[in-house]
Amino acid sequence: MIEGAVRYAQIARLWVRASRAYPVSWALLVVGGFLITGIDFVGIWILFQNVTDLGGFDLHEVAFLYGTSGVAFAIADLFVGRIERLGQMIRLGRFDQMLVRPVPLLVQVCADEFALRRFSRIAQAALVLGWACTFVDWSTSRVLLTVLTVVAATVIFVALFVGMACIQFWTIDSAEVANAFTYGGNAVTSYPLTIFPSEVLKVMTFVLPLAFVNWYPSLYVLGHEDPLGYPDWTQWLSPVVAALLAVVALLVWRVGVRSYRSTGS
Amino acid sequence: MALIEVAGLTRTFKVRGRPPVEAVKDLTFAVDPGEMVGYIGPNGAGKSTTIKMLTGILVPTSGSIRVAGVDPSRRRTQLARRIGVVFGQRTTLWWDLPLRDSFELLQKIYRTDPARHRANLAEFVELLGLGDLLLTPVRQLSLGQRMRGDIAAALLHDPEILYLDEPTIGLDVVSKGRLRDFLRTLNAERGTTLLLTTHDLQDIEALCRRVLVIDHGTTVYDGTLAGLHRQGGSTRTLVVDLVDEGPAIEVPGATVRRVEGPRQWLSFPADASAAPVVSAVVGAYDVADLSVQEPDIEDVIRELYLR
Repeated sequence: MIEGAVRYAQIARLWVRASRAYPVSWALLVVGGFLITGIDFVGIWILFQNVTDLGGFDLHEVAFLYGTSGVAFAIADLFVGRIERLGQMIRLGRFDQMLVRPVPLLVQVCADEFALRRFSRIAQAALVLGWACTFVDWSTSRVLLTVLTVVAATVIFVALFVGMACIQFWTIDSAEVANAFTYGGNAVTSYPLTIFPSEVLKVMTFVLPLAFVNWYPSLYVLGHEDPLGYPDWTQWLSPVVAALLAVVALLVWRVGVRSYRSTGS
Repeated sequence: MALIEVAGLTRTFKVRGRPPVEAVKDLTFAVDPGEMVGYIGPNGAGKSTTIKMLTGILVPTSGSIRVAGVDPSRRRTQLARRIGVVFGQRTTLWWDLPLRDSFELLQKIYRTDPARHRANLAEFVELLGLGDLLLTPVRQLSLGQRMRGDIAAALLHDPEILYLDEPTIGLDVVSKGRLRDFLRTLNAERGTTLLLTTHDLQDIEALCRRVLVIDHGTTVYDGTLAGLHRQGGSTRTLVVDLVDEGPAIEVPGATVRRVEGPRQWLSFPADASAAPVVSAVVGAYDVADLSVQEPDIEDVIRELYLR
């Protein structure tokens, strides 16, 4: 694990250095990334000029959901987001080359063409989260749970990126399917899940546990009743769910690599 | 002890709705340290699939492989430090990085001792003439330059075995010659074991004492190149341009295959000398021009497989 992180850092550092060769384009991408993701939240803000609440949550509370999901997703995207191009790496033969190198495969795939500019997304979401936090009625346990939530949510998004990308081992052009779960998961968890019918919420609890990204813990931090009336401990369950998903994702990855067929020639 | 040991190796590809394809079936061979082996066969014979299993990229369906004593697909990362791989049709370098940065990245990836890395780099840059190209991004290199870069990249970590999949494909005559010289030096000076697939018979002639021929996934020949010609019953062709049109030439040791105006095609066994045939023709006929054509490897293999 530590070994993997060290190797990741070594490879990432060279990519960052290489990208510095074009400083202007680098700066434009950072600023652009910041503005584009920022427009997201401006949309939510405009929405609240016309309504007072969304599924029983006010603007500051939606900002808290948006911020936790956004920060976690952006961190996951920065470190493992490249895996969504697995199909392309397979097609171009780059994956074959990674297979004959003495670095854990997952590290190579995720660190490939590492781009620090994705950091602007983290900054933008963190800004919104920071603002939202000034409206929270804090207690020690709420602070603890918020920190746990961001960590667990990051792990959940990492697991989604890895697990869903593995579909590309079997059908190479399935990147869009994976996007529906990763980017889609981020979009959905940016809003209070009470805006959906309760069946959808149940699916996101028991089938694809996106509700554990931030929904259940946020109920605790923001002092909301659980609309489904589940026991209070479900609000502390995110780290467990995250660990389980990470294990499943790693298993799927292993099965995928073992059944890899390569391309002709 | 053999460095590469393959026994009963089989790889089947399942395609939905079609019968499974056996790309490699029941393949058995061994390669000793320091050998240079040419691995040849027609397109789709299973050459690349074999290399991919030897390097651990593909998991065999059945059979066993031992490379340097370990199973490649299970000990892939461990084995990676001891092998080098060059895919002729695909670069192992990073498209957008200058050659120098690619080499540096590889030093980090393989954790080659920095002093060793510098010494190897200096030597390969010199031998392969890469000095002026180090700052050029890989995407701007010509095919021949890229191939030289790829070969250096595959060797910087001092591998014991070098696999080359079609290393000379698409290269011009000068580049091919240069590459062969380099590989010969590498084998002689460092004792690197070479396994190369190729369609170019001259690669084999220049480099390999041993040839492995594969077709439809199985070995059809394992031995010397001369032996292959004998066994395949392959023939060389003497093309004779006579001064005037005439009847078919009759000389001992060769038979006329084709006559077209003053030009005639005579075939004789590939392992026989051309000299007596040539002198017999020149002695008995008025000859304007002569040339000898080498047998085509695809024909030799086809002959071999038909038996």
